[in-house]
Amino acid sequence: MVLAGLGLLLFLLPLAGLVARAPWDQVGPALIAPETATALGLSLFCSLSATAVALVLGIPLAVLLARTSGTLRAILRALTTLPMVLPPVVGGVALLLAFGRRGLVGAPLYGAFGIQIPFTTAAAVIAETFVAMPFLVIAVEAGLRALDPRYEEAARALGATGWRVFARVTLPLLRPAIFSGAVLCWARALGEFGATITFAGDLPGRTQTIPLAVYVALETRPEGAIALSLILLAVSLAILIGMRDRWLGWL
Amino acid sequence: MSSATIFAASSLKSAFDKIGTEMGRGELHTTFNYAGSQTLASQIAQGAQADVFASADTAHMKTLQDAGLLADPPRVFAHNRLEIAVERGNPKRIHSLADLARSGLVVVLADPSVPAGKYAQQALAKAGVTVHPASLEPQVTGVLSKVALGEADAGIVYVSDIVTSGNVDGLAIPDAQNVIADYPIARLNATPNKSGAEAFIAYVLSSQGQAILVRAGFEKA
Repeated sequence: MVLAGLGLLLFLLPLAGLVARAPWDQVGPALIAPETATALGLSLFCSLSATAVALVLGIPLAVLLARTSGTLRAILRALTTLPMVLPPVVGGVALLLAFGRRGLVGAPLYGAFGIQIPFTTAAAVIAETFVAMPFLVIAVEAGLRALDPRYEEAARALGATGWRVFARVTLPLLRPAIFSGAVLCWARALGEFGATITFAGDLPGRTQTIPLAVYVALETRPEGAIALSLILLAVSLAILIGMRDRWLGWL
Repeated sequence: MSSATIFAASSLKSAFDKIGTEMGRGELHTTFNYAGSQTLASQIAQGAQADVFASADTAHMKTLQDAGLLADPPRVFAHNRLEIAVERGNPKRIHSLADLARSGLVVVLADPSVPAGKYAQQALAKAGVTVHPASLEPQVTGVLSKVALGEADAGIVYVSDIVTSGNVDGLAIPDAQNVIADYPIARLNATPNKSGAEAFIAYVLSSQGQAILVRAGFEKA
């Protein structure tokens, strides 16, 4: 109990500090400032897009992980979780080396079509997906492993094909794992800073999400930075609580 | 052996590390904390233990002076001017600030909230050039790395950044359009190492110290 209390305090004290030191008279102006709306809108757009991409690519990846075993699984799993341990700034450099105009994939893209990914909103979405998708994959894979295989076997015995079993039996059973994974992934994407600023740069309205705006504001007007952080905190809490009531009743 | 803790703007790192090594041979043991001048000024204002503050602009030094935190009036010890950073060999054939307005060119600047970004805006205004940057980096290092990696075609940074980076080419900006940054240094009131702090500042202002700064791309005070 004591340890649990200490754990909770470690989370809550910094937040309390933020609230206690908050320049409340500045939260209002910060909230209605057009830059804030731009950054907040961009943050929501990028983090939700990253979550959508992670769902489309991450669920199949989790299935692959759950269905392999032995060394192959160990290697795949290590590769998938690498972005979780990699310092995000290094992740950003890695993304540049892959998708930049001199990158492995980026150079042919630029050469053939003149497409430049860095410094675009798409780059911010890619950076957030890179960092956040592992959270979804891990959660869904755990869900798959906890699944009772008899449901799928029964469906197959009744004549359902592989895809039909997955869509009609496996996916519905996985719903809780997918939701919790998606929420974790979205939360991580929303707070993403290092990979985004390295790969996508920092331009208001295009790649400057709230964490980047907070960092820039810290240099000149710390009060504004705290106000922005509080707004992000409030929006995230509202969405998390709202989603929980709506969809995550099982939690 | 006496010691001194020096809070210095990030752009001074290579020059001050060298000075620290030189002084370490003699009497003084130096410890450096490098960061943006704004960050350092607020750390000092919040009570961080430091003996000397070297800032990349006079504004942040003045803030501390007004707060009564300086032991002596600040002294300007170096100047730094702006240059256009381009990729090695200048493949896009950029020659002046005006070229930065060319369409299809990816230009990256420092954010106007940091000194380098503020000066870059002033230089562009003097040249009458409007640039649409792809990114406004919160740190000069962000501008340098993006040019060095070939993702940006050009950026505006300090001469000292180009000299110490070694990964990009620098194109001079004419005096009429350039902005010259003054770097002030001062001993702090709360210093526990008065003699160490004074020795360090004296060395920075001495001919040996000035020569090290010049080799790092700065101009003499």
